[in-house]
This record gives sequence, C-alpha cells and structure tokens, in this order.
Amino acid sequence: MSLLEELYRETILSHYKSPKNFGPLADASVSIKGDNPSCGDQLELLLKLNGGRITEVRFQGHGCAISIASASMMTELVKNKTLDQALELTRQFKAMVVDGAEPAPELGDLKALAGVSKLHARTKCATLAWNTLEEAAKEAGTS
Amino acid sequence: MTSAYLIRADFPLFAARPELVYLDSTATSQKPRVVIEALEHYYREINANVHRGAYDLSVQATLAYEEARRKMARFLGADEREIIFVRNTTEALNLLVYAWGLRVLKAGDEILLTEMEHHANLVPWHLVAVHTGAKIKAIPVRGDGRLDLDSLDRLLTDRVRVVSLTHMSNVLGTVNPVAQIAKAAKEKGALVIVDGAQSAPHMPVDVTGLGADFFALSGHKMCGPTGAGVLWGRYEMLEKMQPFLGGGEMINEVYLERSSYAKPPQRFEAGTPAIAEAVALGVAAEYLMGIGMQNIWQHDRSLVDYALARLDEELPEVKTFGPRGPDRGGVIAFTLGGLHAHDVATALDQHGIAVRAGHHCAQPLHRKLGLAATARASFYLYTTRDEVDRFIEALKKVREFFKDWL
Ligand SMILES: Cc1ncc(COP(=O)(O)O)c(C=O)c1O
Repeated sequence: MSLLEELYRETILSHYKSPKNFGPLADASVSIKGDNPSCGDQLELLLKLNGGRITEVRFQGHGCAISIASASMMTELVKNKTLDQALELTRQFKAMVVDGAEPAPELGDLKALAGVSKLHARTKCATLAWNTLEEAAKEAGTS
Repeated sequence: MTSAYLIRADFPLFAARPELVYLDSTATSQKPRVVIEALEHYYREINANVHRGAYDLSVQATLAYEEARRKMARFLGADEREIIFVRNTTEALNLLVYAWGLRVLKAGDEILLTEMEHHANLVPWHLVAVHTGAKIKAIPVRGDGRLDLDSLDRLLTDRVRVVSLTHMSNVLGTVNPVAQIAKAAKEKGALVIVDGAQSAPHMPVDVTGLGADFFALSGHKMCGPTGAGVLWGRYEMLEKMQPFLGGGEMINEVYLERSSYAKPPQRFEAGTPAIAEAVALGVAAEYLMGIGMQNIWQHDRSLVDYALARLDEELPEVKTFGPRGPDRGGVIAFTLGGLHAHDVATALDQHGIAVRAGHHCAQPLHRKLGLAATARASFYLYTTRDEVDRFIEALKKVREFFKDWL
C-alpha cells in the first residue's frame, strides 16, 4: 500500500467532509486560536470545562484534510476526559505522528494518521489542533 | 536557448536526484556547478576580509567582491556605484523602510502598494504606517490577475510619497507594467520601488529603462547562493539617504560621539558582507547572461503556455490563476476541485513532483481569491517539457486517487 493510500483512507475522508463537533460553542470556558502561519491553516478550539473535565468541545476554521480530520477526531476523543488525560493523549498522538511511535491503543481511530510521521512536511497539519489544545489547557490552568 | 535538457547537466542536484521534478524555483532556484565551485574556490584560494588589509590576499578578496558588483551592475543595466549587496529582497526592502520610509514619511502621507504583493513588500510598510501615521493603499487586482490600472488615477493622489510594487507576482505570474506605473508615479513626485525578486531571475531587466528609483532582488532565486541579494538605487537617491545599519565599512570618519558616512554603496554595507556569496552571485549573473535572459524568458513562457493549455484541455477540475498572454511568467498557482492545496502537494510529492502549497507569503492576494491556499508549480531555465508532462500526468493520477473527495 502506498503512503498515500495508507493515509488518505475512509476515516480521514469522512472526518474531512463532515467534521465532528464543528462550529461555534456558546459559553465556552476557553477559546484559543491556533494557526500554521506558513500554510494559512487556522482553527479555533472551544472548550467547556467543569472541574478540570472537558464537558463540551468544538472547533471551527479551515485547513487541509489532515488538519481537519485530526481536529475532528481529537474532539471526539477528548470529550469527557480531564485536561490531564487530554494532555496525555496529546503526548501519545505526537509520539505517533512526529516520532513514528506505534499508535497507543487509547488513540483509537486517530491511528489512521500514523502515516503522517513519514511526511515531515505534514506533521504541522496533524498537530495543529493538538498544539491548540495544549494552549487551551495552559490557559485553563492559569485562569 | 540552449536546450533545457542540456542546461540540466550544469546542475549537480539533478544528477543527485534523477527522479525529482523540481517545480519550486519561485521559492528558490537550484544552483549550477559554476556557482557551487565559485563558493569553494573563494574559500580555498581567496578568502580574506574586504576593504581592510594592505596585504595581497585582502586585495584579491576585495577585487573579487567588487568584480561581483560590476557583474550585477551589468546584469541590471546599472552603474556599479548603485549596487548595494544585501542578503535578499526582504532585507533590501527593509533597508529602504528604515533608511527612508521611517525618516521621511509623516502622518497624512500615502504609501501605494498592490494587492498582489509578497509579505516582504507589505509588512515593512506596516511598520512605517504604525510609526509615522502614513496610510497604506493598494492597487486592486482584477479577476484576470492583472492590476486594475483604471484605479491608478484615483489612487495616485498628491499625497502618495512612494509606490512600491512587484515586477512579477510570485503567485499569479503577472508581469506588471512597471514603467507605465513608474511614469505616472514620478509625475506625482512619488518614489518608485520595484520588488524584482521574481523578475530579475526570469527576464531581461534594465533598471534605468524601468524609470524606478529602487529595485530589489534575491540572489538565491537566480541561481546564486542564499545570503546575497542586491538593492539597486539611483545614485542621487542613495546619496541623499541616511544609512540603515551602522558599523564598520560604512563610515568615513568616526569619533567617539559621531561619525560621517562613506559614499554609496559602502554607506549601506555595514559590517563584513557575505563575500563568498556575493562573488558567487556575480558568477550566477554571468551564467544567466551567457544563456541569455531573453532566452530564459521565452523558455519559461513556452512552458507556461504549454502547461496551461494542457491543464485547460485535460484537467477541467484544475482551476488556475493569473493572466493569459505575454505578460505571464512561468508560475502556475492552482487548485484541484475542492481539495486543499496541501493534500494535492503531498500527493504530487509521492510522484516525485515538488510543488509548493500555501499562501506563498501573499495572504492578502489569497484572501482576494477567496482561498486560504493554492498549490503552485513554477518553471525555470532547467525545466524541461518532459517534466511538465510528468507534472500533468501525476496530477491526473492525483485526481484519480482523490476522485471521491473532489
Ligand atoms: C515577489 C517576491 N518578493 C519578495 C520575496 C522575498 O524574497 P526573499 O525571501 O529572498 O527575501 C519573494 C520570495 O519569495 C518574492 O517572490
């Protein structure tokens, strides 16, 4: 299977075409914008928090299939997790797409993005939502 | 022109990567052997600081550096005293902003740019606007990718102190009628600055004929090494201008509390310059002149016409931007269906085709096009028709691969 076939599969396609948790979120506790200035991808991550737990999460913005699918799957995964759990998942995700580590089972469908580790030019796309999540966690921690 | 198939043999990178189809010369060009060897030769046999030592080696280094200045003057149809070595176009434009814009412009003055500018010709002016209160205006880009010159009368008020515009767009490939705009601007007494980052590598440029005051280029886009570029300026203007950076090499006399400055061009070359790079840039200019700038332009033109015709005919899902006609250089920004440019570029890369994806440092233009990003293929003297064919065939495979996504 070619790298393209490995990466651009049904999972990614469906999340790209109809992203989950996409759109505004009224009364968000934290909203953080993230962008990749070199490529113009932009997204905004909106979280509702309750006692350190993410009770609601949505995102909006625009980007390539990899960044949108990654954001979409991320929101599904971190919903109802604590911020600490979400940060642990972020580390596992980055280990997979940046360093090429075996996908942690906790990452579920996100393992569809494992091929990104072989495409250095695209790791920034895959990690955009996650970097934004880290920023949001920092913001939540300090507010 | 000598066939591109033969010219390729001058570029070692293509021998090292025989499968690569490099279509990103707009970002940076590949380097011919003579340029790579000039760098090595300089360090092996000539290296010393310039304008300093009384010893022979330093004299040799200075001669080589000044010889490069003469070559760049010949390349641009200028006087050698008007050639300032800088790092790149970005630095050249910033030099003008710091040495002239921030000092001279005042609240109420206007700066006229265009909607197709590279960030290098926008962001420095934003600094000026913030610090001086001068106002930025832009000549609009029409649907066909050309400047809307009908708006020039309205935009070119008596308050416009400077018109700074690109000679050729790095996204649309549009070659702007700089001489015509410069003439109108001069009638209003405005300074004219030309961003030649894309024109200088690809077409004959005669700076005096352009009627501009300044012209900026990047050596690395015209077969030279990174780190050396040129700012050309009319001598009377340079003479009136204060320095940008202060330090060694640019002075006449220095006391503890004050100094007087050297004449141009030294006045604008503070500190030890990129000597080897400047020398190699001179060699690159000579190499290009040997092939002939008009020949290179014709070659780019024929490839872009050929590529556009094939895309129109065989890939209706591909949308291209920029004008059709003799005022269009070898750059094709495009989209494929509703796909994001990055996904297209990644897929092309899997077929060995190197294209750029993103906003290409022209966000206002992309905003105008209603897009966050485009993919971009660009051609140069070493690009062959076979490569254009491989690009188009690969694009068809990408279309096939993503057919459910389009
Ligand atoms: C039209 C234009 N202006 C300015 C620049 C900036 O050039 P550099 O990065 O070499 O300073 C570029 C390079 O992409 C360009 O295409």
